[in-house]
Amino acid sequence: MYAQRKRHWQHCLLLKIINQPDIMSAINLIMIALKALQRNKLRAFLTMLGIIIGVAAVIAMVAIGQGSKESIQAQLSSMGSNMITVLPSSNVSGGVRIGGDSYQSLTLVDVLAIQKNAQYVSAVSPVASTKGQAIYGALNWPTTLQGVAPSYFDIRKLTVNDGVSFSDADVTTAAKVCLLGQTVINNLFPSGESPVGKVIRLGSIPLQVIGTLAPKGQSSFGQDQDDIILTPYTTVQKRILATIYFQSIYASAVSEGTSDKATNEIIDILRTTHRLRPADENNFQVRTMEELIKTLSSTTSLLTILLTAIAGISLIIGGIGIMNIMYVSVTERTREIGLRMSIGARGIDILMQFLVEAILISVTGGIIGVILGITSAQVITLTLGWPTLVSESSIVLSFVVCAFTGVFFGYYPAQAASRLDPIEALRYE
Amino acid sequence: MSSNKILELQQIKREFVMGTEIVRALKGVSFDVFSGEFVTIMGSSGSGKTTLLNILGCLDKPTSGNYLLDGVNVSGLSRNELARLRNHKIGFVFQAYNLLPRTSALENVELPLFYNPELSGQERRDRALGALQSVNLADREHHTPSQLSGGQQQRVAIARALVNHPVMILADEATGNLDTRTSYEIMALMQELNQQEGKTIVFVTHEPDIAAFSSRTVMLRDGKVVKDSKNENVRSAKEALAALPPAEDY
Repeated sequence: MYAQRKRHWQHCLLLKIINQPDIMSAINLIMIALKALQRNKLRAFLTMLGIIIGVAAVIAMVAIGQGSKESIQAQLSSMGSNMITVLPSSNVSGGVRIGGDSYQSLTLVDVLAIQKNAQYVSAVSPVASTKGQAIYGALNWPTTLQGVAPSYFDIRKLTVNDGVSFSDADVTTAAKVCLLGQTVINNLFPSGESPVGKVIRLGSIPLQVIGTLAPKGQSSFGQDQDDIILTPYTTVQKRILATIYFQSIYASAVSEGTSDKATNEIIDILRTTHRLRPADENNFQVRTMEELIKTLSSTTSLLTILLTAIAGISLIIGGIGIMNIMYVSVTERTREIGLRMSIGARGIDILMQFLVEAILISVTGGIIGVILGITSAQVITLTLGWPTLVSESSIVLSFVVCAFTGVFFGYYPAQAASRLDPIEALRYE
Repeated sequence: MSSNKILELQQIKREFVMGTEIVRALKGVSFDVFSGEFVTIMGSSGSGKTTLLNILGCLDKPTSGNYLLDGVNVSGLSRNELARLRNHKIGFVFQAYNLLPRTSALENVELPLFYNPELSGQERRDRALGALQSVNLADREHHTPSQLSGGQQQRVAIARALVNHPVMILADEATGNLDTRTSYEIMALMQELNQQEGKTIVFVTHEPDIAAFSSRTVMLRDGKVVKDSKNENVRSAKEALAALPPAEDY
């Protein structure tokens, strides 16, 4: 009973709201403007065209900018953008500074301590590397032998193309197994036969090839990342170099955002394991890829801003187009305005009519422009293969801008129309 | 015929400042129009006819004097109130029809109702159809002005003037663009509206021929009323139409 009465009351209220003269006149206003636009479909469309192209350009350009930013970031991640490198650093020994390369401070103790204590580090691997001549049959090739842990593959985002990776057991036994990079394969196995299962020699040490690495190409510093042979670090340490030290330690932070925290953690841990006093300098250095990422993303941001600015200019030109047409339209429709005034339109009614017309043009143009922009972004991706990413913010922004354009550029012509004297307007030839 | 006053003009003066000169367009015009009258206002160009029309139509306000439209003193009203008054009380018919191009007859007739927020869409449509019927154009509701003859266009304009149920139809040289036969047709329609539906009509013209169809003529000269006379034997536009030689076919 109560619910029924309440519903009835709500219904009455709704009717009351709908029948409000203000709302009625707002609906009338939109109808008047729609009908006026309908009478000049071609002109309305041509006016819209400026906005359509402007909005579509903004969305497509931002999509290209965002897309390339995204793809550069993805490439960085594939290189291991959350990668942290620990290197031995220069030190002072009896007043003489000794270069980092010759100074040896990183040991398995450090690696295990990081593995055990660092919360923001997801993987860690030592690197013991040496240079040498790889020999297979009659062919040989000078290359780098890197002794690593199995987690190195994760850290460097390496994938095994053919065969398998080595295991922890291979590390424990210092197994004589290896994986070859593409450049090594090209030089030792030029006929295209599979190297998996073959035995190569590095100097005098035979190594069985258990897998091949997927090609990575050049690094951003121009190094050939495929000119490499990977083997368990124990194999390099015990069988080749006879040392307990590592050249470097690679680790990866849990995520890109935590690489700072992970760096600090590693520094703390290593200072403890190296038994450094608070006053002592670090005898190691920790590097991240962050600098590189920042540089690249600021470059792509600049690209996005530039493209957006160009597209924004075309949006403004579209707006000026609206103003232009609306001014012409006011002059051309002077008699219509006079007539409307004589049959009871107030100045505000005329003002609102022209304003609503301008807004309808710009908003409709905006909607078409958004659709066209998204479509053309996809067409660009399909035909040119450029990565694009349509962001919601660019859609919202360009839409708001073009609605604002409608109001801004529509207002002055509308005001000019509303200020006409009905007598003069009716007599206008 | 009821005798309540629709228009009351009391010593209406209208002056324009043209550079340093003051032009007196109306120099004290007084007359009343009663409900159901068919008044023609006559005068040559320069007589103040157009100025008077603008004041009667609430498009302009007198410099001095009082103008009461249906009991409302127009002199004290704002621009917006005048617009509302025009919408509710006056139906304009112009010499050049002033129909919106590329717009159907029905939509043209509906136009004044869009500025009357109290009406719903259905009422608007019904009223517009009714008005078109009363000018015998119900079958042309979807035609645009370019598909209608001059006489038909003027009838659409008359329907537009009727649609808001005004207290007065104000016609400005409404037959000026039409040939004799079509003029007589329009006048026959005006007479019908006046006699059968009791509409008050104020018709501004400079053709004595047309004035003969009205019940009263106000003559203006140099901004003053020089003659205001009842027309004893009103000419019937229908009969005049019948008396015309048959339309020539080429």
